[in-house]
Amino acid sequence: MGDPFDIVSGIQSVLSPAGPHAAWVAQLSWVMFGAGGLILLLVVVMTALAIFAPAGFRQAVGQRRTVVIGGILFPLVVLAALFLWVLNGSSALVTAGPPGLRVEVVGERWWWRVHYLDPEDRVHMVTANEIRIPTGMPVEFRLRTADVIHSFWVPSLAGKLDMIPGRINSYRFAVDKPGVYRGQCAEYCGEQHAKMAFYVVAMEPAAFEDWYGAQTLPAAEPALASEELGRDVFEANGCGACHTVRGTAADGVIGPDLTHVGSRVSLAAGILPNNRGTLAGWISSAQHIKPGNLMPSFDTLSGPELRALASYLESLK
Amino acid sequence: MTDNTTPHRIADTRADRGSARITYPNSLPRPEGELEALERVWAAPKGWRKLSVVNNNYIGVYYVGASFLFFILAGLLALIIRVQLATPDNQFIGHELYNQLFTMHGTVMMFLFAVPAVEAMAVYLLPNMLGARDLPFPRLSAYAFWAYFAGGLAFFCSIFFGLAPNGGWFMYPPLTSTEYSPGINADFWLLGIGFIEISAIAGAVEIIVGILKTRAPGMSLDKLPIYAWAMLVFAAMIVIGFPAVILATALLEVERAFDWPFFIAERGGDPLLWQHLFWFFGHPEVYIIFLPAAGMVSMIVPTMAQTPLVGYRLVVLALLATGFLSFGLWVHHMYTTGLPHLSLSFFSAASSVVAIPSGIQVFAWIATIAAGKLQLKTPALFILGFLFIFTLGGLTGVMVAMVPFDWQAHDTYFVVAHLHYVLIGGMVFPLFAALYYWIPTVSRQPLSERVGKWVFWLMFLGVNITFFTMHITGLVGMPRRVYTYPAALGWDTLNLISTIGAFMIAAGVLLFTIDLVRRFRVTDGPNAGNVWNAGTLEWLPAGDYQTRSIPEVRSREPIWDQPNLPEDVKEGRYYLPGTATGQRETLVTTPIDARPQYLLQLPGPNWGSFLAALLTAAFFMGLTIKLYVPAMIAGGLAIAAIFWWMWDTDHGGSDTEVDVGAGIKLPVNASGSVSHSWWGVVTLLLVVAMIYICLVFSYLFLWLVNGDAWLPDAARLPELWQPALSALAWIGSSIVVILAGRLLSAGGWVAPALLLLLAAPLLPLGIWLEVQGQLETGLRPTETSYGATVYMLSALQGVFVAAVMLSALFVVLRCLVGLVHNGRRASFDNLQLLWHYATAQGLVGLLVVHGFPRLVGMG
Repeated sequence: MGDPFDIVSGIQSVLSPAGPHAAWVAQLSWVMFGAGGLILLLVVVMTALAIFAPAGFRQAVGQRRTVVIGGILFPLVVLAALFLWVLNGSSALVTAGPPGLRVEVVGERWWWRVHYLDPEDRVHMVTANEIRIPTGMPVEFRLRTADVIHSFWVPSLAGKLDMIPGRINSYRFAVDKPGVYRGQCAEYCGEQHAKMAFYVVAMEPAAFEDWYGAQTLPAAEPALASEELGRDVFEANGCGACHTVRGTAADGVIGPDLTHVGSRVSLAAGILPNNRGTLAGWISSAQHIKPGNLMPSFDTLSGPELRALASYLESLK
Repeated sequence: MTDNTTPHRIADTRADRGSARITYPNSLPRPEGELEALERVWAAPKGWRKLSVVNNNYIGVYYVGASFLFFILAGLLALIIRVQLATPDNQFIGHELYNQLFTMHGTVMMFLFAVPAVEAMAVYLLPNMLGARDLPFPRLSAYAFWAYFAGGLAFFCSIFFGLAPNGGWFMYPPLTSTEYSPGINADFWLLGIGFIEISAIAGAVEIIVGILKTRAPGMSLDKLPIYAWAMLVFAAMIVIGFPAVILATALLEVERAFDWPFFIAERGGDPLLWQHLFWFFGHPEVYIIFLPAAGMVSMIVPTMAQTPLVGYRLVVLALLATGFLSFGLWVHHMYTTGLPHLSLSFFSAASSVVAIPSGIQVFAWIATIAAGKLQLKTPALFILGFLFIFTLGGLTGVMVAMVPFDWQAHDTYFVVAHLHYVLIGGMVFPLFAALYYWIPTVSRQPLSERVGKWVFWLMFLGVNITFFTMHITGLVGMPRRVYTYPAALGWDTLNLISTIGAFMIAAGVLLFTIDLVRRFRVTDGPNAGNVWNAGTLEWLPAGDYQTRSIPEVRSREPIWDQPNLPEDVKEGRYYLPGTATGQRETLVTTPIDARPQYLLQLPGPNWGSFLAALLTAAFFMGLTIKLYVPAMIAGGLAIAAIFWWMWDTDHGGSDTEVDVGAGIKLPVNASGSVSHSWWGVVTLLLVVAMIYICLVFSYLFLWLVNGDAWLPDAARLPELWQPALSALAWIGSSIVVILAGRLLSAGGWVAPALLLLLAAPLLPLGIWLEVQGQLETGLRPTETSYGATVYMLSALQGVFVAAVMLSALFVVLRCLVGLVHNGRRASFDNLQLLWHYATAQGLVGLLVVHGFPRLVGMG
């Protein structure tokens, strides 16, 4: 994103679509921008002529007829055409049949709990703030919220859909090509609404299967002494009260599942890159980075403890 | 009038229409002392007593000034927002302040600037434009203004204590419910906008009655200035639209205060109920702001082009169509909530169609400009800027009306761009045009043309730089209402550009304010005069009493078409050239063809309005900061102050008729359905009825959401004799009141007063019976949304009944001192209207609560 004049592309842009839904809206957008630009030009030119043109021309324009043609007939035709085109184009996107994958996303203040569902709607695998999906097939998203209203939005892939208490909204969309796309909460949800993002990682179906298989496994055992120390710090500080690390005693459900946290693209709901340094930074100053979130700042940990804990978490690939 | 050489003045370039022979209603010379008497009764109080002024020439100007103050304050909040967003990961302000800032910016701009500003302009302009001496309820305007000003300032100050609301101007629950917003910030919003609800409703009553009843003779509806048409539609929209938000805020406040779960999903409430109610108000709100501005444009364009508006009837139709259609669009704020696609298509079509009435108006203005010769003075520049900005905003409006596009654009900076184009284009630019245009009618000198051009270009470029950029910012993925954003997403440069543009707008507004301070001088002597050679009545020579005599109107632009009208009016040749009864008066005319009906005596200055307003503000603020005892004391005193101001407004009729000119003899004041106060009360009751209808809608909506299991079995409902008793109590009370009316007609006053005292307890008795019946079934308001809704129907009835009983007390007090008798019975008649409405509303509530579950149970 170095080029300041490249305002179209981006991993969170309506105008750089990576799936059929977003592509259709991008096409619709460009058509409407073009037509809208022309109509604006028409109004400007008409106004300029109404002021500056010779008297004869102005007299011809200065009639009730102008109002009927310009204000009623013209918009009626344009709007009807646009409306029908949009209706037609939108219905072409509706796919029948079972989706390739079903993912439940739960909005939390201010992160995303992700459940991969089995065909019976049971939760089969849990992760957070990152949704990996296979390319080339429709994926169904079941959206609900644990608290206030949130809105699920990945601009490069599809439009947004709200997560509303007492309701489950669902829709499906597909991704054409592998890549990393950024999504963000679009409904104001309080203090840290600004820092509630996530990533969608689209993978070739075979790569996706490998990843999915790995994610269903329990957490990796520590391989290094520092990682083992890190696990001890994790247990001693009660991290397991809020977080689950499958295969260990940690089974908290208040915060994100950390079983494979080291494999994720980002930390803290899409706001930090994921590495040992940011892990340590987040643990020691979560309240500074994202004030008001449920994770306390563990600023009493010593330097070595913090480093060990971060390397343990990083090892949870 | 000033000399003809000022650079502003537009020469009359229109062809002389010749002078037909006119017969004037009154002959010259006028009797000695007539003008002086008129001046004396209309003279405004001086010095600190000016706070008790009620005349629209003063209240209107104060009102516009106050709304402009809030425009500046909310604009300053926006500048802080823009500084914070100028760079990524900016540490300038934290999320706590930011979230309060954007909530306050939206709330203050919408509720304390936009709606009050257009209403304020109407308070000032309408009587002048219609040929009335004042609005029909001057003390109500004064009350509405002071309540808004005091309440608005107190509300705004919450930001200095970190107590400002932070849930967004749309206040969606459950974010704003007690669980997620335990502080009093949200209560500030809910009670704070109570003020604007009061002043908007009061304004709507004034405007409807003023336009329909107090026009100059001959100003039939087809000669009504377009601005008055726009304000009529505006007022009707307030009557229909505001009740939804009044009810919504009441429900949320009751949920927060008493835990009645209207919006809590676990107990059968639904957050979407709020969204439906809020947007049923919120979308029309946009047109409530735009239509008055469009009306102003339709007045300014013809003057600037020196030719009548092309397509007058089409424009009137467009205004009516906009008002009608705007109530079918609210769901387009809810495309992303997961509603069925079929209903989305309907609302999408309706949202597109509303572009047509706007198209009609845009082309009518262009055609008018073409038909005449546009003088490129500052008001005209702002009109042209408005045309460009508003058209662009309208086009993006059609885009977001398209469902798939909105799924992407919704809640992003694209929508921020769109709404600012529509609101700044559709309201702020016309308002600036209007200020430049009409200030000569109130100030000794107009504003500077030279500075005006600078103001225009700074604002025009600033708006486009700020907000055009935001379309792109939104499309490349930036959501709204974020206090910061990361650097890597390509939003940095765009945001910096928007911030620079925002400071250009601010520079323009600052320049305007400086010019205002330098040149704007309110005058009760000669004003700058008809500098633009306009054709409508507000440009006639005027004093505190408006025009010396009330002209007879024969066309849409009387000054253009009736030669020598200003001089004739000033000399007193037209109607009512003085004061006929030694009091403030205006002519009441018939609603359609404006034939004189009666002479209305208008109330003068009074401290009641001012005090009642401050006490109302204290009452609401006390409730918000949980000082209940002082709040109750203030509330009681506010009612006393209202009684004081109402006390001498029911003058009663007089036996003698007065001559207003042309041999027309009019009765003084009136009662029954021709009376202005009857019209006012009926308008008010429409508002009350709409609030109740919205609550019945909420009941049905929650039933639809929850299914039949939401309703209790017939066996668990109170037995039918219980509601029957309530019904009996209410119907009985109405019969007693009718009887009291009969006895009053027969000439008594003791018996009517006694009967009112007898009937009054029956109203709360009916409610008590209903509530008792529900309690006996074990139903509790806190347990389910069904219980909450059922008790809320009674609570709303209770609030209205309390108002009826206070009115009854007022009438009984007046009976006791002999101020109510058959010749002076407007207060009694109005009480009767309120009373019978209360009975009807109660019966509807009983039908819903006891009938509907049984009906569903049968089916």
